[in-house]
This record gives sequence, structure tokens and C-alpha cells, in this order.
Amino acid sequence: MSTENWQNQAAETQHNSEGQQYLSFVLDAEEYGIDILRVQELRGWTPVTPVPDMPEYIKGVLNLRGAIIPVVDLRKRFGLPERDYGPTTVVIVIKVDSGTKERVMGIIVDAVAETYTLTQDQIQPPPQIGGGISSEFITGLVAQEEKMIVLMDIDELMNSDELAIDVPALSNVK
Amino acid sequence: MSIDLSQFIATFLEESYEGIDVMENSLLTLETDDDEAINVIFRAAHSIKGGAGTFGFNEVADFTHVVETLLDEVRSGQQEVTPKLINLLLESVDCIKGLLGAAQDGPQADSQQIADVQARLQVYIVAKGAADDNPEDNCEVIPSGKHQSWKIHFSAESEILENGHEPALMFSALADLGSLTVEAELDSLPTLAESDPQLLYLSWSIHCDSDCGESEIEEIFEWVEDECQLDIDKIMSEQSLTKSWQINFEPHSDMLNTGNDPALMFSALAKLGALKVSANTDKLPELQQYLADSLYISWQLELAADCEKQQIADIFEWVEDSCDLQITEQSGTAQQQAGVEEEGQQTEKVESKKTNGDKAKARGNKAAESSSIRVDTDKIDSLINRVGELVITQAMLGQVGDDLSEIPGVNTERLQEGLELLERNTRDLQEDVMRVRMLPVSFVFNRFPRLVHDVSGKLSKKVELIISGEQTEIDKTVMEKIGDPMVHLVRNSLDHGLEEPAQRIAAGKPEVGTLKLNAYHQGGFVVIDIIDDGNGLNTEKIRTKALEKGLITEDQQLSDDEVNGLIFKPGFSTADVVSDLSGRGVGLDVVMRNIESLGGQVSVKSEPGKGSAFSIKLPLTLAILEGQLVRVHEDTYVIPLVSIVETIVINKESKNPIAGEEKLLHFRDEYISHLDLKKLFHLPGADSVASTDTTLVAIVENSGKKVGLVVDELYGQQQVVIKSLEVNFKRIEGLSGATILGDGSVALILDVAGLIQRGMNFEAASAVNSRNKLQNERTQGYL
Repeated sequence: MSTENWQNQAAETQHNSEGQQYLSFVLDAEEYGIDILRVQELRGWTPVTPVPDMPEYIKGVLNLRGAIIPVVDLRKRFGLPERDYGPTTVVIVIKVDSGTKERVMGIIVDAVAETYTLTQDQIQPPPQIGGGISSEFITGLVAQEEKMIVLMDIDELMNSDELAIDVPALSNVK
Repeated sequence: MSIDLSQFIATFLEESYEGIDVMENSLLTLETDDDEAINVIFRAAHSIKGGAGTFGFNEVADFTHVVETLLDEVRSGQQEVTPKLINLLLESVDCIKGLLGAAQDGPQADSQQIADVQARLQVYIVAKGAADDNPEDNCEVIPSGKHQSWKIHFSAESEILENGHEPALMFSALADLGSLTVEAELDSLPTLAESDPQLLYLSWSIHCDSDCGESEIEEIFEWVEDECQLDIDKIMSEQSLTKSWQINFEPHSDMLNTGNDPALMFSALAKLGALKVSANTDKLPELQQYLADSLYISWQLELAADCEKQQIADIFEWVEDSCDLQITEQSGTAQQQAGVEEEGQQTEKVESKKTNGDKAKARGNKAAESSSIRVDTDKIDSLINRVGELVITQAMLGQVGDDLSEIPGVNTERLQEGLELLERNTRDLQEDVMRVRMLPVSFVFNRFPRLVHDVSGKLSKKVELIISGEQTEIDKTVMEKIGDPMVHLVRNSLDHGLEEPAQRIAAGKPEVGTLKLNAYHQGGFVVIDIIDDGNGLNTEKIRTKALEKGLITEDQQLSDDEVNGLIFKPGFSTADVVSDLSGRGVGLDVVMRNIESLGGQVSVKSEPGKGSAFSIKLPLTLAILEGQLVRVHEDTYVIPLVSIVETIVINKESKNPIAGEEKLLHFRDEYISHLDLKKLFHLPGADSVASTDTTLVAIVENSGKKVGLVVDELYGQQQVVIKSLEVNFKRIEGLSGATILGDGSVALILDVAGLIQRGMNFEAASAVNSRNKLQNERTQGYL
């Protein structure tokens, strides 16, 4: 049985009985969660090669064992204040479903926090909030030990704007 | 339980297309009584029929069945191989291709054409070829009674092969004139050890039954007349030769030890009359077990001579104890006998003409056919990626080793040795893996004999295609993309380059034009030359046309080569008549674009009246690029070496300010614009360049456009493995990809064509900006 099948099955069982597992990370004192099955690996911060003429939040490209992957600074993406990269700064390598293909990308976060197993009834629908993170990237909110965790839709996030495979010519002008 | 056949259909189709290629190639080189070639064609047809039946492609199966029936008759000698038959079979091959395409969800095959060809095949089978309504085609059928024939003795200088001449081609041209009996004279054949495959050791006696004139024969040998000795004698009546002898000569293997040479005896026999030698090589051992002083071959000789049996026996007198000799007289005329005997023996006869080198080569080819496996290219690409990673890891370890060895008191000798070995092995491994993707360029060249055959027929031109260097290897991806541009260039040469026979004769050239395809390695590139001996390019006409189209101006001084280069400009065609084949003016610029998109170049050289030569230069592989590493700001970029014309240091003075902006650069009598990569990429420090006195500029060229790229520093040149940015990211204008450097960091590869485009947009945009700014200032001033 291939790993993929195994993962799918694991995901299904989790859905049914114990819920789904999420990896949470910290970004400017807030905690965010993403589906753990999308996480390929965690890396410490290493300098990347900048790609010319990209928005500031796309830091550049990285050599991931021979594959060239783009790396996105989530602080900058969400318009949060900049912070120097330190020893805890982590690049989460995620698999993004981009419609026609699956892309591997990296996101820079302040630190990785915990993993949670969440059932569907623990997740509350996203409120209409302003600020950096527009609600379209948020799938839900979870209250966990007096903390609030924002669950993110990485497919939506990592295929938006300049990260989309085919950027319509107009979006450059806007 | 049923087996799902659909998964095998793709394989069947793939194999069938290969079979079709085999049929086509064999048909084009098919000569009379070449049993092996006919068998190959038959087998290919047979497996297509079988497969088609299995998968329910009944149309394919039915049609191929008819073809197979005809081929079977040819195989068994009931049908003669004639040009008409070959053309019919070629058409059938096209029909099978069409039917297979239709079976593969392709466009519907032309049922009218298929029905027509099928009907003609049926007629051919029933009539045994006799229904031939075109007697001209029947040159194989020798009319009985009085006729004329030629005895030709051809002995060429041994270097003739190096000059690209191929005796076999001349013989096949001769065979078009009439039925041919070729005997090779082996007198000067050295032993295998001394034999140089580049040299020719044979000479030939040729007997040609044809009503042609002497000049027609001479014409065939015209290209080599300075390098050979040619005797052509007319024989009026062959009928007087009533006696012919069948000699079965089986020497013992130790005969050579007694100092007797079979070749000498054969040449003595040849003095008595026309001799046909067929060697029986059944007992020939493998090369390793081959003893140079043993004889493994026996011979069957056919002698048409008015001599006594004793005369023949005398020749073999010295060896009669060490051989088995049978001499029998054949009744009837030599003519009849040739008809009867040839069927079975011709193949062997052909064999005996070949040198030992040829035989070894044939064996090699056979081995290559049987030991190949079909592998998905994705698997190979992932293998290449892995090895690329290994090379980077190895470079990193090497660096660590060097660092360690600098620490005093640490003995790293063994580590260093191991690392060196690792480096060598990795490099070999990388080369080997890269070679997996390489295929001989013959895969592209193979389509041309057919193309030339068809196109020259359509244009009623006589063309001989000479292909060389077809074993040169090139990356599969490059190969897939080079086919169309090459077809274009070949059609171009056939249509515009080579003249019609009458024109050629008037110009004092041989009636048959030559088109040469040649491939060879040069540096890290593969060069493919397409050379014709036609009329060459009409430089004056091109100049006029270019003026007309506004591509150049009156006062521009251009060399002939530069003018000829204009034919690659968009919308250029000098053909007086727009023909079916080429000349729509959408030609050569597309060719150039396609080739440049592969990272290659195309150029043309021409000599009026003598011919033109197109030369395509391609990178060996698309996976690796020869790159110049440069620094721009803090980052390393790679410029493809093939597009760099020159790198120069310019002083402030040689920049020509236009309207206060330093946009133009004076370079070798040309004004070229330069692009500051820092400005273009909006990198910091873009303005600091202006403050320094000198600037480093890499002059790059694409589609004839030159641009200077301003860089901060030149690093080394190296081969880089091209990685796509699209896989995990997206296409970025001005970049053709990325690569991983020895330290594991990523460097971006510049796409020169994209950069030039982007630069022009940038210039336009900044011009608009500055104008707007100016306007704003003015408005503000007014306010």
C-alpha cells in the first residue's frame, strides 16, 4: 500500500472518530492552525534566493533537495510588522493543491507551536473580521485552553494574487 | 474474468508506429532480391496485422492482410521488386498509418484513398505485377532477344569513402538503368587486423543490362571520376555465351597455411568470363574465436564463360587436395540461369560484397536492437534529478573535506582520497545518466529519405540524399523539437535550392542534385548541416526584397552573409511562386524561433550557383546549460553562454547619452542599447552604477537583436542543471529557470529573449513615466 493511500485512510479515520489533526504555528503572538496532512516537513530558516519583481512577501526560492520551491513570509503576507529571522524562525514546507497540480511551497512563521486533534463540532465558523487576514483564507476558529486558534485554508491562501499559477495580465497593473 | 485490453493498446500503437517506420525505411532502401529487407518488412506488417486483430482494429487488420499477402508473394519470389511495387507499398504504409491514427481517436482516415490503394494491391496480387500499364517501370523485366549490355570496371582510390562517396549508392543508381550484376574483386583486401574501416579495398566488375547510353553510366560516377579508374565497355550480345559453370568450392580451414589465396583463384576465374561469387559464411565464428590463419568460408561460384571444364579445374589444381570442389556445367543461356539461380543466392552475394568491418557493424546493430528497454521519461528525469542532487552533495562534502584538512594536526589523507574517488564516480555517474536521455540523431534523419523521395517526385527534380553522422547523439527532448524546423529547411532546399534537371544540365552540373544531411559534435553542441548543391541564395534578390519590406535601408553596408541572414526575418520569402511546399513567407523566421527556443542557433552560408548550407547548432541537452555566472547586486545569475557575444568593460565616455539618458552603447560600429539588470529588476543600488567610471557589460544576442546587460561582476563559466520554476511556482518573464550551485544555493537563469522584450517594455514604461513626470511638473508650474 502506498503512503498516500495510508495517509488518506488515516485522514478518514480521524474524520470519523477523533477528528482531524492540525499543526499550529505562531505569527505575531497569534496561533494559526493548518491541516497537518498538508505539512511535508519543517526546516530552520536558511537564506533564499530573491526572485526579481516579486511582491515583498515572496521572499524568494529555495533548494529543497533539488526542487526549487517559493518561500512566502506570512507576516508580510498579512501585513503584520516585520521581525528579524531568528533561531526559532521556521519554514513550514506544505503541499498546496493548485487545481491542475500539486505544488510544494514554504511559509515562514515565527515558530511552530503544537498539534491538535479537533473534531468538527469544536470548530466555529469564521467571523467577519477586518485586518490583515481576510476571512476568505480562514476556515474556522477554535477555542483551546483559553487560546484562540485560527484555522487557515492554505489552498486558498497559497493560490491567491501573485502566487497563482497563471496571473492574469491585469492583476499586475492593479 | 476478462482482461482489460485497453492498457495494452497504447503499447500496440507505439509498436505499430515503430513497425511502420521500419517498413518505410526498408522500402526506401529496398533493392531487388534483398530477401532480408523484404523479410523485415513482412514481419513488421505481420505484427501490425496480428496486433490489430487482437485489439479489434479490423480495418487495420484487413488492410494490412492484403499488404502482407503481396509481401509474402514478393518474399517467395512470385513478385518482382519494381519501383512501382515499392511506391505502392509506400502508399500502403501511409494508409496503415492513417488507419492506426483513426484507431487512436485521431482524424478519420481517408477511406477513399484506402479503398483505392487496397484495390490496386488486389489487382497487383492477382496479376502478379503484369497488369503494369506503365512499361517504363518494368526495367527489371529484361526483354528477350537482342539487347545491349555494359561491362563496367570500377576501381576507386582507397580514400574515396572519406570523401563521403558510397559505392553502393552508385550501384543502386546503376540498378535503376537496368538489371545489374556486381562482382567485387577482393584482391587487395587486407587481413582483418590490417583493415582500416575508413578505407576502400574493393574494386568492382559490374555487368549492366541496359539500353542506356554510355554517358548515363558515366554520369553516375561523375562525382568520383577523379578518384577512380573507370572502364566502360559495351557488349552487344550476351546471347553468345552459352556455357555457364556452377562451381562449389569448399576449402579446408587450413588451406591458407599452404599459401593459397582463394581471392587469387577467383580473379583467375574472372579472366575466363563473368564471375559471380557467393560466400557461405555459416561457419564464420565470433570475432573473439576468429583465427586469422584459418578459413571459415566456402564459396559458390557462377561462371559464364566459353571455356572447358579443364580450364577451371586447372585454376584449382594447387588446392585440390585441401578442398572439396565440384564443377558442373549449367545448360541454357546465362540469362535464363541468372533468373533461376539468383533468387536464393542473392542475399549471400550481397553479404560477400561487404567487408568484414561491415559484418561486425551489422552484428552490433542487431545487438543494439535486442537489448533496449522502454522506460518512461519521467523515471529518467527523476533519476537525473537525483544524480544532480548527488553532485551537489558531493561538492558540499568536498568543501567540508578541504576545510578539515586546513586544521593543523588532523590527518585527512584518507578522507581526501575517498572524496576524490567519490567526485570521480559521481561525475561518471552523471555523464552516464545524461547519456540515457541521448538518442542518435538518426531518429530525426530517418524521415528524410521518404520526404526527399516524395517531394522531389512532386517537383520532378532528381535528388540524391546523403546522410552522414546519424549516430551523433542528442537529447531526446531536443530531438523531438528539431524535426519540424529540419523538415522546413530540407523542403526549402528541395524547393528553392536545387534546380530542375534541365537547369542543372544547362549549368554544367550533374542532373541529380545532392542534398547532404550531416550531424557532428562541436564543443558542447551538436551541429546539423543541411547542404545542397543547388543554385545558392540570390543575394541581390534578398537585398531588393529586404529594401522593399523595409528591413534594411539603402545606405546600409552589409556583407553578403549578413544579407543572406535576412531570410530569417519574419515575413520574408523570395520565392516567385508561392508553392504548395514552401514559400508562404512564414518559413524561416519560425525555424529560427524554434531553434532559438531550444537554445540553439541557425545560420546560412551560400555560394551563388554552387549551393547553400544551413547550419543548426544545438545544445546537447536541455537539461544542462553552459552558463556564465554573474553577480547582480548580491545575487548570482546565470546567462546562457550561447547567447553571449562578448563581455566588455566600458568607460563612461563610450556610453552615448541620448536626451540625457545613457541608453546607447557604442560597440563595434553598432549602437546597441544596454539594460541595467539592477534597474530592470528593481534591485537596490541601481543608481550607484552611474557613480563608477567603468561598467561591466555582457553583450547578448537573440534573434539578431543585440543588447548589453550591465552586471556587477563576472564569475566563472560552468555547466548548470536547469530546473523549472514552474513546477512549484510559476513562469516568470525574463527567467528561463533556476539552477542549484555547488553550495546548494539557487541561482536564477536569465532568459535573454524575454529580457530583451522586458527591457523594451521597461524602456517604454520609463519613457512614459518621465514624460508624465515632466507634464506633471509643467502643470504644477502653471498652477
